[in-house]
Amino acid sequence: MTAASSGSHPVRTEQDVVLARQQVRKLAVSSGLRLVDQTKLVTAASELARNTVIYGGGGDMDWEVVEEGIRKGVRLVFRDEGPGIPDMKLAMTDGWTSGGGLGLGLTGARRLVDEFSLESAPGNGTRVTICKWS
Amino acid sequence: MSELSQRTIDAIRRNEAPLLASWSANLEHSGASRDMRISHAEFDAQTREFLRLVVVGSSTGDAASLASNEWSETRAFLEKLSRSRAQLGFDSQHTASFIFSLKRPLFELLQKEYADNAEALAAQLWAVSELLDALGMHTIRTFQKSREEVIARQQEELLELSTPVVKLWDGVLALPMIGTLDSQRTQVVMESLLQRIVETGSEIAIIDITGVPTVDTLVAQHLLKTVTAIRLMGADAIISGVRPQIAQTIVHLGLDLQGIVTKANLADALALALKRSGYAVGKAG
Repeated sequence: MTAASSGSHPVRTEQDVVLARQQVRKLAVSSGLRLVDQTKLVTAASELARNTVIYGGGGDMDWEVVEEGIRKGVRLVFRDEGPGIPDMKLAMTDGWTSGGGLGLGLTGARRLVDEFSLESAPGNGTRVTICKWS
Repeated sequence: MSELSQRTIDAIRRNEAPLLASWSANLEHSGASRDMRISHAEFDAQTREFLRLVVVGSSTGDAASLASNEWSETRAFLEKLSRSRAQLGFDSQHTASFIFSLKRPLFELLQKEYADNAEALAAQLWAVSELLDALGMHTIRTFQKSREEVIARQQEELLELSTPVVKLWDGVLALPMIGTLDSQRTQVVMESLLQRIVETGSEIAIIDITGVPTVDTLVAQHLLKTVTAIRLMGADAIISGVRPQIAQTIVHLGLDLQGIVTKANLADALALALKRSGYAVGKAG
């Protein structure tokens, strides 16, 4: 797997979530994702970016257009230096939320993408990596 | 220390006409006064007024403290100037160069006046330079502020404009949503929709999300809240404009929209609304 291009985008405010979403949409279109997959990736990115802002206290989104053989994909890393997730199993339960949301953001995002990994420890921030292939 | 001496002020007063001429020439040279958005007469009036205010201000007040009372008239003039420039669509550089281009004529005047006294010349040059810099900065600050006011006003207008509630039929309202649905907008949308339901006595409200590019959990939560509020008012809600890619995304997200009537497009939603209201639509004849 090789990276064709990469970059970073700040995710600190609600406005940044909108801009990050637009950035992801552009990346998805340029890597040849179908409309449904574009929408899925953008929605997943929207959920994770909002989590970064609300629960992580702001962070960054690193993006990468990756190639593997003939298929292309978009890899996104959302990272923050926030309080972290104390109970991973609970966080990955449908309908559970520590805030006022629907509790479907994290689990929903996992179902929307091809690859999903969550790293977090209390006090050490959170790092979510997702990837969607064409 | 950086006060203009009486001698400098007198010199400016005596040479007002050549100063203005040379300043105008400078502005002309930089292209600032050739713009069609401001007439020549207006420009001349502004340069004359500004020079007068500088003389008045510096003969009473300290050039270094622009915030003091003696400069209030000058500040007011500059604020008016940069505000009007901002509204005409000029950039901040243009507004600032209006003032900075006075430097050269003033320096030349001082050079002639203090040809015999190098020490006084240096002190006065410094004073004039400091004064004009401060005035220039003030215009830029004001310019920036008035720009920000324009942006804030536009944001507010956008918020209002982007949430029109349309009456489609007797008892049927439609709300075409466009763009990002954040908490603030949802609040405005909900308020105006509920208000219109009361005013028109409508029984069905159609929320069209064709123009909403991304439906994530937050948007869904806002939609659910709006639908619940509509139901509490005794009306029914239909969500239309659910495109195929949005439908698939909602399924994968695990959102539960059961109990909410959704349609692919506004036409289907209207047809359903008419049917529920007891209307039958057919071809005439």
